[in-house]
Amino acid sequence: MKSLTLNEKLTRFTINWFFLMIVWVAFTTSFAAQELIVGGIATMLISFFTIPLFTCCTLKLLAPKQLFYMSYYLIIFVRELIKSNVDVARRVITPSLPINPGIVKFKSELPTDFAKMVLANSITLTPGTLSIDIIDDTFYIHWIDVKTTDPEEAFTEIAETFEKILLKIFK
Amino acid sequence: MSIYEIIGSVLSLIGASFLFLGGLGIYRMPDVYNRLQAGTKATTLGAMSLILGVGVIKMEDSWTWIVKAIIIIVFIAISNPISSHALSRAMYHRKNFPFIKSKDKNMDAYREVFEEMEKKKEDKK
Repeated sequence: MKSLTLNEKLTRFTINWFFLMIVWVAFTTSFAAQELIVGGIATMLISFFTIPLFTCCTLKLLAPKQLFYMSYYLIIFVRELIKSNVDVARRVITPSLPINPGIVKFKSELPTDFAKMVLANSITLTPGTLSIDIIDDTFYIHWIDVKTTDPEEAFTEIAETFEKILLKIFK
Repeated sequence: MSIYEIIGSVLSLIGASFLFLGGLGIYRMPDVYNRLQAGTKATTLGAMSLILGVGVIKMEDSWTWIVKAIIIIVFIAISNPISSHALSRAMYHRKNFPFIKSKDKNMDAYREVFEEMEKKKEDKK
């Protein structure tokens, strides 16, 4: 692992602390002083010791434009999640079991590992697809109802909407 | 019966029926990967909706329950796809190849990469 500059360390520390503090407040659901002090100290210690582990993002993630696209992503994601659940439920209760499974691949342009992980997990939760592996830029996706084996067509079919927004968030 | 109870009960009912369909899918599908598809998707929305329903029913007493329910939902949404990915990848690397219905030979794009990896492992030995 390459050593980090002080600036990177501080960024990671701040982001970790911020998100852990949100989780703490949401779990205790009170703004009493003693709760906040204990939570602040505990989350500070955790984020200090996990600096080398969390490699997700820079402070740019909290800019207004990024926050806007994140909420947009969330809305699209929830819509796709419900669609995918109804789709799988329909396939399960149809007596003839209408599936045509296979594994397809496509290439993605996302810059960082973290962005790729977000895309792969979103793909898993969207209609009929399950990500099996990522090797460099290539995603290998198990598709319950294969419509095309061509990588580019598969990309437009599965990942294009998500990738567009993710590129705006992580660039 | 308050409005919270009605909404919460409907959400829980939806969640329970999706969980049931997920279980049925695991029983009906032909191989591991399709079973994982049913197991991940139907149960994700099922568990989310069930937990949200409980949060909404409890909202009458205090608003803190719904916040906790949302945090649990976020953790489910993060952990569920990761675990299913790990299971499917592990299954492929144990040479449990997917069931393929059509006669098209290009249907398994991961196979060639996997065979290359296996070859490299053999060479190392």
